[in-house]
Amino acid sequence: MVKLTVNGISHDVDVEPDTPLLWVLREQVGLTGTKYGCGVAQCGACTVHVDGVATRSCSMQVSDAAGKQITTVEGLAVNGAMTKVQQAWIANDVPQCGYCQSGMIMAVTALLKEKAKPTDAEIDAAITNICRCGTFQQVRAAIHAAANA
Amino acid sequence: MNFVPKMNRRSFVVGTAAVGSGLALGFDLPFGPKVVRAADGSPEVGVWVVIRPDETVVIRIARSEMGQGTLTGLAQMVAEELECDWSKVTTEYPTPGQSVARKRAWGDYSTGGSRGIRESHEYVRKGGATARMMLIQAAANEWKVPAAECSVINSTITHKGSGRTTTYGKVAEAAAKIEPPTDVKLKDPKDWKLIGKGVLRLDTADKVNGKQVYGADLKLPGMLNAAIKACPVFGGKLKSYDEAKVAGMKGVKKVVKVADNAVAVVADTWWHAKTALDALPIVWDEGPNGKIQQADIVAMLKEGLTAEQAFVGNKVGDAKAALAGAAKRIEATYAYPWQSHAPMEPLNATALYTADKCEVWCGTQNGEAALAATAEASGLPVGKCEVYKQLLGGGFGRRGRSDYVTQAVQIAKQMPGTPIKLLWSREEDMTQGTYHPTTMAKMTAGLDADGNLVALHARISGQSILSALFPARLQNGMDPATFQGFAPAGEAAIGYTVPNLLVDHAMRNPHVPPGFWRGVNINQNAIYLECFMDELAHETKQDPLAFRQKLMSKHPKHLAVLNAVADKIGWTTPPPKGVFRGIAQHMGYGSYVAAAAEISLDDKGALKIHRMVAATDPGHAVNPAQIERQVSGSFVYGLSALLYGEVTVKNGRIEQENFDTYNSMRISEMPKVESIVMGSGGFWGGVGEPTICVAAPAVLNAIFAATGKRYRTFPLSQHNIRTA
Repeated sequence: MVKLTVNGISHDVDVEPDTPLLWVLREQVGLTGTKYGCGVAQCGACTVHVDGVATRSCSMQVSDAAGKQITTVEGLAVNGAMTKVQQAWIANDVPQCGYCQSGMIMAVTALLKEKAKPTDAEIDAAITNICRCGTFQQVRAAIHAAANA
Repeated sequence: MNFVPKMNRRSFVVGTAAVGSGLALGFDLPFGPKVVRAADGSPEVGVWVVIRPDETVVIRIARSEMGQGTLTGLAQMVAEELECDWSKVTTEYPTPGQSVARKRAWGDYSTGGSRGIRESHEYVRKGGATARMMLIQAAANEWKVPAAECSVINSTITHKGSGRTTTYGKVAEAAAKIEPPTDVKLKDPKDWKLIGKGVLRLDTADKVNGKQVYGADLKLPGMLNAAIKACPVFGGKLKSYDEAKVAGMKGVKKVVKVADNAVAVVADTWWHAKTALDALPIVWDEGPNGKIQQADIVAMLKEGLTAEQAFVGNKVGDAKAALAGAAKRIEATYAYPWQSHAPMEPLNATALYTADKCEVWCGTQNGEAALAATAEASGLPVGKCEVYKQLLGGGFGRRGRSDYVTQAVQIAKQMPGTPIKLLWSREEDMTQGTYHPTTMAKMTAGLDADGNLVALHARISGQSILSALFPARLQNGMDPATFQGFAPAGEAAIGYTVPNLLVDHAMRNPHVPPGFWRGVNINQNAIYLECFMDELAHETKQDPLAFRQKLMSKHPKHLAVLNAVADKIGWTTPPPKGVFRGIAQHMGYGSYVAAAAEISLDDKGALKIHRMVAATDPGHAVNPAQIERQVSGSFVYGLSALLYGEVTVKNGRIEQENFDTYNSMRISEMPKVESIVMGSGGFWGGVGEPTICVAAPAVLNAIFAATGKRYRTFPLSQHNIRTA
C-alpha cells in the first residue's frame, strides 16, 4: 500500500512499489489526463508536478512519490477557473491532436513558476516535450502570452 | 494520396438488410418522411444536422479528427450554408454501423490523402443548405407565408412582410417532418462568410484540462487490459510461449495467441499485462526473413537504379536520346529511408465480443475499414458489429490500417463478454509499423551549351505502397502513387516543362511493410527533384530561382507559390551574414506548395534553421488559421524526418524501438515558420500533407549554399549534422 497525494486528495493505492507513477495515476487513481507516450522519459507526455517540480511520471517509481504533493493536469484549474497557461492555450488554439498537450502544459506551468517571463532561449532549454503534430510555434506564442497575461 | 482504401460499397448494401432498424433511432409520424432522432431525442434536419431545442446545432462529421482540424473545417462548410449561429455549433461522429444501416448517408469515412474537405465539400455544403431550406419551410408553413419571403441569419428566421421571427430550435421538430428538397443551390463563393475565416477549433477545451478521452484512456465496466507482442521479424510466426512462467504474476488473467504471429497477456491493469508480457518466454519462427540485413535492402534498391525494366510514370520526347546527345550531362543518386509514424498516442482498440455482437472503441482514420476488420475478425455479420470512433492522438497515416483493431477483436473473442483494451507499447508501435516506403533515385540531366535543361531522367527504385496494401489498384503492375509530384497532370503534377522527360520506377519490394506516411511519396520525390534542380542550377552557374522560373512558364500556379516564397524571404537581397538560403516547390494532393529556408551551419556541423517561408495554394482556403498550423506543424514532422528519421533492418527486424533511437525534433530546433496561405480559388486542394514535402529540400539546398556539400542520403544525423 502506497499513500499518494494527488491534486490535494489523499489516496491509498495497492500496487507494487516499483510501479511507475504514470500507471498508478492512470489505472489506480483514475486520472487519464496524464499520458503514456514512450515509457522511457523521452517524450514528456506523462509530465506531472512532484512537489512542484516537472517530472516524467513514466520513469518515477510510485514509492518515490509517496508523501509528496503530486499535481496532474486535472488539478491545475481551481474551482473550474483555468490557469493563465490553459487560457493562453485556448486563445492561441495550440492543440492539434492534443495528446501531448497535458504534458506540455505541465512543463510550461513549471517553467513559468520559476521564470515568470522566460526568453526564447529559456523556453528552448526547459521545454523538451515531443509533439508529433508540431504545435511548437503556437506553444511558444502561448507561453509568451501566458507570461504577459 | 488518392490511394487510401475505399470500402467496397456492395458489402455495405448487403449488410444493411441485416441491420434493419436496429439502431437507437426513433421514428414517428404515420405519414410523410420519418423523423430520425439523435440519441438525445433531438430531431435530424437532413442527415448532416441535428438541432436541439436549446438552439445547439450538432453537425455530423464522417471523417476522423486526428489533429488536422477537419472537425472544424467540415463544420464550417455545413454551417456556411446552414446560416446557423456558429457559437452554437458542436459536432458528432455518426458511427460506421449507422453508415451501413443508412446506405452511406454521410459518404466516405476514410481520412487520409488530405481529402477531408477536397472530396466532400459539395455534399456537406448541400447538407447544410438542405437543412436550411427545411427549417425555413417549417417557419413559413407555421406563418402560412411563402418560404421565399423568409430569410435567416444566425439561426434566426425572419418573415420580411410581417417582421415575425423564430429560431431554428423552435422549428426543428416541424422541419424534420418536411421532405428534404432535391433542388439545392449552393452559395457563390463570393458570398461566403464562414468559409475562408480563420475561426478557432471546436475541439480545444477538453485538450487543456485532461478531460479529453482518447482510445487509450477509455474505461468500460469490467474491462481488462491487454499488452501484445508480434513476431519482430515481418512475415515470421509465433512458435511457442511458456504461459506457466507468468500465470501466477499479479493481475494476470490469461495469455492468448493472436492470429499466427502474436501473443497477448490480458490482466487487470495494462501495467500488469505489460510486465507479464516482458517476462513471458516467447519462441518465434522467424522464417527466411530473419536473415535479411540493411545492406541486402540497399543492394536490392541499387540494382533497380540501372535495371532494364521499369514502369513509366511520365514520358515526354525521348530522354535517353537527348541525354546521349547533350552538351553536358549531370548525374546524382539519392536515397530515402524507412520512417516510423510514431503518433504520440500508441495504437489501441477496445473490443467487446459476445456471440451475437461485437463492438469496438478506437481511434481510426477509417471507421468503415475498422468496422470491416471487426466483422472479419469476429466472424459476425457487419450488421452485428459496431465501431465507436474516438479522437485520435495522432494518425499520420498509421491509423488508416486496422491491424490493431483486428488484434483487439481476436483477443476479445477469446474472452466473450469481457471488454478488452489492447494498448501497444511504444516499442510495439515502432517495430510493427507500416513504414514510409524506402526508395532510391538516379537523376540524370542533359543540358545544352547555354545551360538549358533539355533532358531529364528520374529513375526511381524501391518500394510500392499499393502493391503491399491495395494490389488491385495497381495499373498493369504499375503503382501510380510512386510518381507523386512527377506526374504529367492531375493532383500531383510536375511543375516544369522539360522537352525530353522520363520518370520511371523499378519496383523493388523488401519484406518490411510500407504504408501511407503523412505526405507519402511527395516527401522523397520533392527531395529528388528539387535538390537535383538546385544541383543543375549550381553546375551551370545559374541562380536556383531563375533556373526554375525558366522552366515554369506553362505552370503558373506552381510558379506563383515559388515566387511568393522567394519574395517573402527576400531572395534577391543578400541574407544576414552567415545565413544561407534554399528554395523548393512541388505539388501534391491538389495543392501547390513552396518553401524557402534560411539556415546557418558551422564547420562542426551545428545546424540552425532560422526561418522558413511556406506558401500553399489549396484553391479554396477554408480556414487560413488552421492551414497555417498544418503547415508549420507538418514542417516539424518533415524536418524531424530530415534530421533524425530513419529505421533500419537487422536480422529481419526494425532496430529502432523508441524515441531515444528514433528522435523527433523539439521546440529548440523549430524555425520560425511564416505561412502564406494563397488560395487562388476555383478548385479544392488538400492541406494536411502537401506543404510538408518542400521543407526538407529547401533546407538541403540552403545547406549546399552554406557548405558546398550535397547530402543525398538521409537523415542528416548520419552525416554528423546536428542542430545548434
